[in-house]
Amino acid sequence: MSQIGSFALLLALGLSAYSFLAGFLALFGKDAASARLGETARRAGIATFAAVLLAGIVLVLAAFHDDFSIAYIFHHSNRDLPAAYKFAVLWSGQEGSLLFWSLLLAGYGFVLRLRYKTDQRLFAYASVIIASVQVFFLLILNFAAHPFAIMQGSLPADGTGLNPLLQYPEMVIHPPMLYLGYVGFTVPFAFALGALIMKYPGEKWIQITRRWTMVTWCFLTIGVFLGAHWAYAVLGWGGYWGWDPVENASLMPWLTGTAFLHSVMMQEKRGMLKVWNMSLIFATFLLSMLGTFLTRSGVISSVHAFAQSSIGTWFLVFIVLTLAVCSFFLVANRSHLKSEHKLESLVSRESSFLFNNLLLLVVCFTILWGTFFPIISEFVQGHKVTVGPPFFNRVAVPVALLLLLLTAVGPLLAWRKTSVESLKRNFLFPAIGSLAIGGMMILFGVRPWEDPSYFYATMAAVLSALVIFTVISEFLRGGRVIAGKTHQNLVSAMIQLCHRSTRRYGGYIVHFGVALVVIGILGTPFNKEVEKEMAFGDKINIGPYTLVCQSYTQDDNPNYANEWAIINVFRGGKQITTMYPERRFYKASGQPQTIPRIYPSFREDLFLVTDVYLVYEGKNDTTGRPIIKAHLNPLVPWIWIGLIIMVFGTIVALVPNAAAVQVAATVPARTPAHAGAGD
Amino acid sequence: MQNSLRRCLQAAALAVAVLLLMGAGDDSARFKDLGHRMMCTCGCGQVLLECNHVGCRSSDKMRNELQAALDRGDNDDLILQGFVQEYGPTVIAAPTATGFNRVAWIMPFLALALGIAFVVYVVRVWKNRPEPALADGITIPPSSELDEFRQKARKETDL
Repeated sequence: MSQIGSFALLLALGLSAYSFLAGFLALFGKDAASARLGETARRAGIATFAAVLLAGIVLVLAAFHDDFSIAYIFHHSNRDLPAAYKFAVLWSGQEGSLLFWSLLLAGYGFVLRLRYKTDQRLFAYASVIIASVQVFFLLILNFAAHPFAIMQGSLPADGTGLNPLLQYPEMVIHPPMLYLGYVGFTVPFAFALGALIMKYPGEKWIQITRRWTMVTWCFLTIGVFLGAHWAYAVLGWGGYWGWDPVENASLMPWLTGTAFLHSVMMQEKRGMLKVWNMSLIFATFLLSMLGTFLTRSGVISSVHAFAQSSIGTWFLVFIVLTLAVCSFFLVANRSHLKSEHKLESLVSRESSFLFNNLLLLVVCFTILWGTFFPIISEFVQGHKVTVGPPFFNRVAVPVALLLLLLTAVGPLLAWRKTSVESLKRNFLFPAIGSLAIGGMMILFGVRPWEDPSYFYATMAAVLSALVIFTVISEFLRGGRVIAGKTHQNLVSAMIQLCHRSTRRYGGYIVHFGVALVVIGILGTPFNKEVEKEMAFGDKINIGPYTLVCQSYTQDDNPNYANEWAIINVFRGGKQITTMYPERRFYKASGQPQTIPRIYPSFREDLFLVTDVYLVYEGKNDTTGRPIIKAHLNPLVPWIWIGLIIMVFGTIVALVPNAAAVQVAATVPARTPAHAGAGD
Repeated sequence: MQNSLRRCLQAAALAVAVLLLMGAGDDSARFKDLGHRMMCTCGCGQVLLECNHVGCRSSDKMRNELQAALDRGDNDDLILQGFVQEYGPTVIAAPTATGFNRVAWIMPFLALALGIAFVVYVVRVWKNRPEPALADGITIPPSSELDEFRQKARKETDL
């Protein structure tokens, strides 16, 4: 099996190299021979997908057949690993994840090359650029990180198994989503660089690129949030974001990708920010590569990182080369990127996009700076320092709040200039409503002047409410107009409104989702936790809940042994649920793992939902009793609900607009004028 | 007389208890604060009080040391210095505001300030840019003359 896989990878390398070289040469000619050469390059690119897919299938089959002669399978799988996780072996290690990356890139390239008739010349350029990236990854797979390397010595009876942290259902979906996002940004990058090199006339390339970027952005959003949910549901510390370097690496291209999705509208509508948009999409791609470099090079320690290896140097060289090529063409072809219009007012949609981009990039820079500062410190001072959550929270949170303000205000500013009247009309009631929310929080005992975290929580609540109220008011205002003209009910009218301008209203829905995510996060300063050793019948009182230990016991299966406690949860004297926090000991790897249990109190608290979060911390060796840590995490479920709304909004934005509604109107008849009258 | 003496003693005992409990509450808040300003050294990459490493001995030891320091009455700076001496500078979860480490804190805000200045500059340049000339040398009339028409158009087409 390893020979088939190795051959497939070598074949893929040859095909992608041909696709690159032949495609590159074909770009220079305009005759029939060049067109034929270009067509062979396109087909070679399509065939690359088949070859890489074969390699991927072989690796997965090797996992299912427990082929421990392949070193990768030995190190990441074992006989008793459940089937779903054997499939996930493909992306659970360094070499496999690189193969998975290559497979997804080949898949994106496959789709792009099938749709080449949309714009043959632009697609030809993009195809060559994608092929060059593909060559890079296949060179690594064939010569530096070979997934089909053979085990030395005697054939082992069983593998060492998958990391216990990765044995969770979301392991099956989180990395694919993340990689679909990371890899997907190669496509808009290829279009942008291709359009720049060929001095593409007009802005059609933006429209083609925008849809790819939205899909990619959606995947990356899902991947980032699934990672946060995984940390929350598996790691057992009660949190969902630790500002780990690898987490940061996924957030940075998301931030620049978000900036690009916004500022590209200025280029479409007003022919402005052309250089800026090019730079943004280049930065997004480079940050995706940088993220991969961080995970694999070992320059920065992280719980997410793969083992340190030499491929970091490969990535560094690739990033530097890509940066050089992009910079060269940006400078050489800058005359092609002149703005077509001037700015008329600071209070306008254009200005709000500029500030939106500024804030997104400042947050991105802060994260990049904080992630690399340990290395900078070691270089300057001779020793590393830690840049952890206190740094990122203190710096990024205020900027994020400013961004939230722009999220509320920006969409309601008009292009070119916004009048004071319009500002009052759009913002008066939402502003009153959001300030009322802040007032209610103070009435209910929140003291923003006592602690910075309470201040930020209150501001976040006020600004999230502002976003929500402005979005609702936009839907209501537009819906009422359509309902009046077409005599439908308000809900149908709002749906029709949305369908007439899906990008605009889909964007509003995404903003609504972002506000819900912020609401989920702002509960952090109000978290509670209690830790206690529990005998039968022992109680923990936390918030309005009483947790009673009914029992604790043990179990065993071929994959792991486990201990778990049975905790009855009471509120107001009534039992509302039973929870089973657990600790596992995985036999193949010899590693322990806690499995927290979570109960969201939707039924009891509705919108003020709180997660009851129990962790089996350990066992008292003398008494044999479990040590249970109980957390109350207010509002956290809104983070996951917000993600669903964001994804829904993105899907809405991708739907093509409906045709404009035609409304019949009566026109009064006119009597014809007599000739010569009034002369 | 005996009743009032008893009441005075009760009040005194209550006052002492309140003073003692106030100190305990402060220590609990300080333990939480300091515990979130340090990293666990077991390699989990988490702040001390959030270490999720099952059976972690490092975090247990460090928490006990932190509690002991609080019980001794050490102030925050002394406690943190003690941990740095024992575990190295990487035990502190964020760069300190001293020496070169200050740069870590300054750079993001400097980037924000420079960014705002740049955006304001760009806006000014764009505002002062001459209108692009149209075919046949026709130029667009000044913005103020069009405002009235814009308002009318907005009113008539506004959703």
